[in-house]
Amino acid sequence: MKWDTCDPSEQYLLHLGDDALVLGHRLSEWCGHGPILEEDIALSNLALDLVGLARQYYQLAAKRIGAGTTEDQLAYWRGERDFKNHVLVEQPNGDFADTMARQFLFDAFHLLQLEAIEQSNDAELAAIARKALKETTYHAQHSAEWIVRMGDGTDESHRRISSALLRIWPFTGEFFLPAEVDRLAAARGLGPDVQSLREPWLELVREVIAKAQLSLPVMPQKLLRGKSGIHSESLGFLLAEMQSLPRAYPDAQW
Amino acid sequence: MSAPDQWPLWEVFVRSRNGLSHKHFGSLHAPDADMALKNARDVYTRRSEGTSIWVVQSSNIVASAPDAKEVLFTPSDDKVYRHPTFYQIPDEVGHM
Amino acid sequence: MAPTIDIEARFLDYVTAENKVEAKDWMPEGYRKTLVRQISQHAHSEIVGMLPEANWITRAPSLRSKLILLAKVQDEAGHGLYLYSAAETLGTSRDEMIADLHSGKAKYSSIFNYPTLSWADMGAIGWLVDGAAIQNQVMLCRASYGPYSRAMVRICKEESFHQRQGYEIMLHLAKGSQEQKDMAQDALNRWWWPSLMMFGPSDDNSPNSAQSMAWRIKRKSNDELRQEFVDKTVPQAKFLGLSIPDADLRWNEALGQHDFGSIDWNEFFAVVAGNGPCNSERIEARRKAHAEGAWVREAASAYAAKQSGRRSHDSTTKPQAA
Repeated sequence: MKWDTCDPSEQYLLHLGDDALVLGHRLSEWCGHGPILEEDIALSNLALDLVGLARQYYQLAAKRIGAGTTEDQLAYWRGERDFKNHVLVEQPNGDFADTMARQFLFDAFHLLQLEAIEQSNDAELAAIARKALKETTYHAQHSAEWIVRMGDGTDESHRRISSALLRIWPFTGEFFLPAEVDRLAAARGLGPDVQSLREPWLELVREVIAKAQLSLPVMPQKLLRGKSGIHSESLGFLLAEMQSLPRAYPDAQW
Repeated sequence: MSAPDQWPLWEVFVRSRNGLSHKHFGSLHAPDADMALKNARDVYTRRSEGTSIWVVQSSNIVASAPDAKEVLFTPSDDKVYRHPTFYQIPDEVGHM
Repeated sequence: MAPTIDIEARFLDYVTAENKVEAKDWMPEGYRKTLVRQISQHAHSEIVGMLPEANWITRAPSLRSKLILLAKVQDEAGHGLYLYSAAETLGTSRDEMIADLHSGKAKYSSIFNYPTLSWADMGAIGWLVDGAAIQNQVMLCRASYGPYSRAMVRICKEESFHQRQGYEIMLHLAKGSQEQKDMAQDALNRWWWPSLMMFGPSDDNSPNSAQSMAWRIKRKSNDELRQEFVDKTVPQAKFLGLSIPDADLRWNEALGQHDFGSIDWNEFFAVVAGNGPCNSERIEARRKAHAEGAWVREAASAYAAKQSGRRSHDSTTKPQAA
């Protein structure tokens, strides 16, 4: 199947779905290994929301692609180069600070992105965003609560979250660097001009960072092109694991 | 004794829908009130059981002693005149 | 005449008359100890039991099955939490119970010391392991200790989907390709006997059982529960077109129940003693999660302490609960 022949709206849906699926998948790796039972349950809730959101995007994309395409084909049969998620979301979990830094920086972006998509001239897409905004607002509160607790907790937690933010920060530049998929979506009024999200994002992030007694990392951004299918080395392993069963038994129905 | 890093225990009360009162659902551990509320949402309303949540730190609950059960509650047993069935009203009067 | 005999006899009459015991009521020390041991063991089983299934969350073969499995394993975390809370009402902290799990002092269900080797194991666990657990848990909803029975009622309500989702996985596999059918049969072969062992030693080798029944903690003996499970499960396996790995399994017309082969109790006791295929991995995973989470828990405690220090400086009025 050739996925790169999809039209811009389908490409955009895949981009949004890939972000949600890959991040949801990463969070699901925490299940059974969280720092305390209550947080284990909370992390699984985030994962459930995100994988659920990915399904909605893929289902809509599958419907539009037609020819009997299914959500599972989109998730399990596209290769690494077809995935259009941000490189940030595929980064390994690391410790709890790494996971929460990744989550916090993504949640703030995700909120603004969904608010913009809610105004999309694609009514079906806007409806998905409207529903997702509620859960994402909760995600953003949850990750911000943890950033504050780690930043203003113990010396160790302060040190860990500071270095986690330094590690993750260079991946955030890709949010605001328009790729082909963003440009086409913005031109058609499907989604925002991602450059316009940069300032409000910084404002959201800065507020929490200050409350957490942390400082905003000042460092260069990585050159990343995940949205064009050029990923970090982590994604290949993630997909190899995730897609292993359907690919080992191509004719099987589950 | 509990280790120093154990988070305190909280009791969770959930209103399942408007019109009902909050009901005790169970307990959980949380470091503070904000997190207790969030944890309660994640732990006790996974199947949309709630419209409102209260959390109270367990150590703040004042409970009557079980030994005092007789003293506190048996005196009301003989006040049968508080119950509507105590009174005989002729059937002709109708429902009252 | 020792007055404790008197009060213990009164307690026994009280629970025999189907009255519930609440946290602060007087109870015999043995009753309290039995409950703490049983409830914490049950809680540990939920938590350790997350691991063999979590092993397949990242490899679930469809998005739908990924969500279902994740929700199910998350439920187990919730159930562990409800049970730890019930045990805490008896005066033992969750930290103490977890320390006992990590030191090997406390036990958990030996079934979770077997590895999950294929996707069909997710089906077999839901169908057989959850099936066996539910058999036990339905009985425990009526346990004489109030906090325990309330936790069990909530758990049973939530678990009703667990066995069904497992059976659904088996159905898909049994209807699928030959490879899928083989996968399903292989899973049944590996999980059948450990599932029967979940009910614990046979009645003549289960010293605490009679006391637990007298105290109305449990209502049925291990062998009774096991028999009910076999009778329920045999037709379900037949419907799937799978065969139960027991040459001695047959319907006994006279007794109106199935006869089945004898359980390898040596295997059971070896696994309980810590020598199952995955005992050390399971405990190591729990220890690691707890140890690596220590700084996170400490951070939140430190922040809470700072905040309450800050708050005592200002006297803003808080909104009233309503």
